[in-house]
Amino acid sequence: MDMLRRLLELLAGDPQADRAVPPTGFTARLTLLTSGAMAFLAVFALALSLATGRLADRWSDELAKTSTLRISAPADQMQAQTDAAIVVLQSTPGVAQARALSADEQRELLAPWFGPDLPVESLPVPQLIEVIEEGDGFDATGLRARLQAEVPGAILDDHTRWREPLVEAANRLRLLGIVSMLLIAGATGAMITLAANAALAANAQVIRVMRLVGARDIYIARAFVRRFTLRALIGAAAGTLAGTLAVLLLPRADAAGGFLTGLGFQGAHWLWPLVIPALAALVAFVATRQAALRTLKEQS
Amino acid sequence: MIELDNVAYSYGGAELFAGLDLTLAPGSFHFLTGPSGAGKTTLMKLCYGELIATGGQVRLFGQDARGLDRDAVAQIRRRIGVVHQDCQFLDHLPVAENIALPLTVAGHGSTSDDLRDLLGWVGLAKQAAQLPPELSGGERQRAALARAVIMSPEVILADEPTGNVDWEMSQRLLGLLVELNKMGKTVLIATHDLSLIRAAKAQVSARVLRLADRRLQLAGASL
Repeated sequence: MDMLRRLLELLAGDPQADRAVPPTGFTARLTLLTSGAMAFLAVFALALSLATGRLADRWSDELAKTSTLRISAPADQMQAQTDAAIVVLQSTPGVAQARALSADEQRELLAPWFGPDLPVESLPVPQLIEVIEEGDGFDATGLRARLQAEVPGAILDDHTRWREPLVEAANRLRLLGIVSMLLIAGATGAMITLAANAALAANAQVIRVMRLVGARDIYIARAFVRRFTLRALIGAAAGTLAGTLAVLLLPRADAAGGFLTGLGFQGAHWLWPLVIPALAALVAFVATRQAALRTLKEQS
Repeated sequence: MIELDNVAYSYGGAELFAGLDLTLAPGSFHFLTGPSGAGKTTLMKLCYGELIATGGQVRLFGQDARGLDRDAVAQIRRRIGVVHQDCQFLDHLPVAENIALPLTVAGHGSTSDDLRDLLGWVGLAKQAAQLPPELSGGERQRAALARAVIMSPEVILADEPTGNVDWEMSQRLLGLLVELNKMGKTVLIATHDLSLIRAAKAQVSARVLRLADRRLQLAGASL
């Protein structure tokens, strides 16, 4: 809070103090360009992070709510075992609905591999039962034990085996987005520190004169810090605006399809990019302040 | 106000001076003279906390200079006006703003009337809006003097203030410094211009100190 208060005081500023530091060319452009480019990248890292977060939640939710029971039995026992399994499932707590897939539905599922005309009825294809869960779901271990006793040909697939890698992959992508944003913040801080050091070195005479007339080091530092903080804020605001427009112009979900669906912001997430310029200003404030105070101490 | 007690200063392993005693009493007027390289500028810098003595003790307004942090030195500088031979300014600011800089950094406001009076006193009223690089040597010296006195400091240290100006201008600058002394300011001028010292002695009671052979001596009788 103290740092935020100082940052706000700094941005409010002292125009007289600002005038003491002459306007500099390349450090100003470097700070603006760096913070703008970094903010542009940060928008994409943020979009990736938020999108993969949504993806992980969605996959986790959707897959967690459904399971599949596969019954492999001789043709003359198939219907009996299917009926028995339905009865077991309907009496299992946490199961909202259990339904045997029709021959057409099973044919549709197999169509990508065997074509649309597969004679499912005459082939020894297992019967699939779709299980829809409710609440916290069912006890998979208990259900397997019951099915083993009452429906020997039943195999329960609660999707855990392939749900977990998917969710883990999405979570890793989210982490990647967060790490990218941290790297962007670090790189921005490093670049602004370099620019601030260059400006301080170029203004050695200004510092000598200011000290000669009784300026405290913090006063001199603030003149530099305010300038760099404002530049970073302006550059990052422009970069964020450009990045947000680019995200806005990404192909729509129904057009792109696949993983790219939803890579962007949704709903209130559109407000998150507003944080980027403020963070860039904070990074610039901390980086320049430390660089200025360190340089002034070295020049003592 | 400023006391040097058995002060020594070494630079790069060589001793510039040692065993140096000096007291600048309130309202006093001193000249510091001596050959080039004797350490006059170094002695001046010790007097405003720019350098720290390598031996002995320097007290600035009763405080040991060795124990002062940067903020304390900044506070001391507000009580000491300094004029250098190579007066340095913020070249991107007009003369008037440069002269008002001590007030600005101290967070004090100045009325435009005060500033105009000061500019008139040093004869720079017409140059107020000019940038420092546009000024002549004499104008720069007068601007530096105006900047040095705007905070109404108790002590004025001038290091070769007439080094870059002609005789007429040096007399004018001297007149301003004498006038300040008569207003109660303590003045120390480092110079090798003996004619300036002689001219001053006709106007004010000044002590002349000579820094030579690593020692500080009273040199009034020889002038």
